[in-house]
Amino acid sequence: MSGLLLMCYEFFMTGLFAIGGGLATIPFLKEMAVKYNWFTLNDLTTMIAVSESTPGPIGVNMSTYVGNSMYGFIGGILATLSLVAPSIIVICIIAKMLKKFKDSKIVKSVFEGLRPAVVGLVLSAMVSIFAGALLYVDKYTTSGNLMDLWNIKAIILFVCLLVFYQWKNKIHPIFIILIAASMGVVFGF
Amino acid sequence: MKELLQIYTAWFKMGLFTFGGGYAMLPMIQKEAIEKHHWATEDEILDYYAVGQCTPGIIAVNTATFVGYKIKGILGSIFATLGVISPSLIIIFLISTLIKNFAELEVVQHALQGIQVAVCALMVNAIMNLFKKGVKDIPTALIFVGSFLLAHFTSIPTIFIVLLAGVCGYVLHFAKNRKEGVA
Repeated sequence: MSGLLLMCYEFFMTGLFAIGGGLATIPFLKEMAVKYNWFTLNDLTTMIAVSESTPGPIGVNMSTYVGNSMYGFIGGILATLSLVAPSIIVICIIAKMLKKFKDSKIVKSVFEGLRPAVVGLVLSAMVSIFAGALLYVDKYTTSGNLMDLWNIKAIILFVCLLVFYQWKNKIHPIFIILIAASMGVVFGF
Repeated sequence: MKELLQIYTAWFKMGLFTFGGGYAMLPMIQKEAIEKHHWATEDEILDYYAVGQCTPGIIAVNTATFVGYKIKGILGSIFATLGVISPSLIIIFLISTLIKNFAELEVVQHALQGIQVAVCALMVNAIMNLFKKGVKDIPTALIFVGSFLLAHFTSIPTIFIVLLAGVCGYVLHFAKNRKEGVA
């Protein structure tokens, strides 16, 4: 029982101090691996791989995996709830304050500056996702041949999906994801 | 109760079809929270992402909490968050107990490669919508370009980029007021 409590405490602290999204939790998990013998760094590598290849936010997937490997299903639930509890508390407080100061000129002007910055951040994340999905950066850097850079199959699928989604933009993103997953399997991406 | 259930199922769906980090979730949020349920506007989602970058926790969870709170207060935020984490709880439990080598399976890798391409295509639409909302004039265009360059080519923590942009927004407002005051 005390082990379970300690695990919840560690995940609560991770949720409280990991700022900047799911990947920010990785250093905390590494520290847990070193500090306690809950899992090894090798296990953690597997956990990250699985978290990235299953649906859902990566941070949530990892806390579930760690809790699950230690205390089964209940452990997974408790670890994840501990991880998200600080978010719920902090965000509710901020949301309440924002509601109160919604019409303040200062708050409004600050958000006018934040919005374009977030678009820039999303673009930066997008460029990385694009490079990973549509290009063979590793292959290109070793061979130096520009022809090796393009993942032709992926680029063709990308253009088709893009055109299809522009044309039928009422369609739900879920269908685009399902089509692309089956294409990936059928054509061996 | 009916509304809380609706919040839970909508966020369940969004959690189930998000692959990757919080940003990859944008197309799903746009479809479900903005277009279908009208729970938030594009501007608000941008604001939530900005705050989510500077506050502790996972961005996807922070955004769910924000939207949930806006619709139904604290209960709404709890149901939204539970919704977004539920698929992970179920899927990770099944995979980690049943399929030990899941990430190495060839089928999984091929499907994921395909999904990544889909995320790219969906993100193009998502970012075009956001761009129209966030970038309105030359100063905001400069903030957009600046934050992209800083985020992509330097290792400055995101939180500082967001804070800097907030200061820029405030200074711009102040400068504009002064100009108008003089004229």
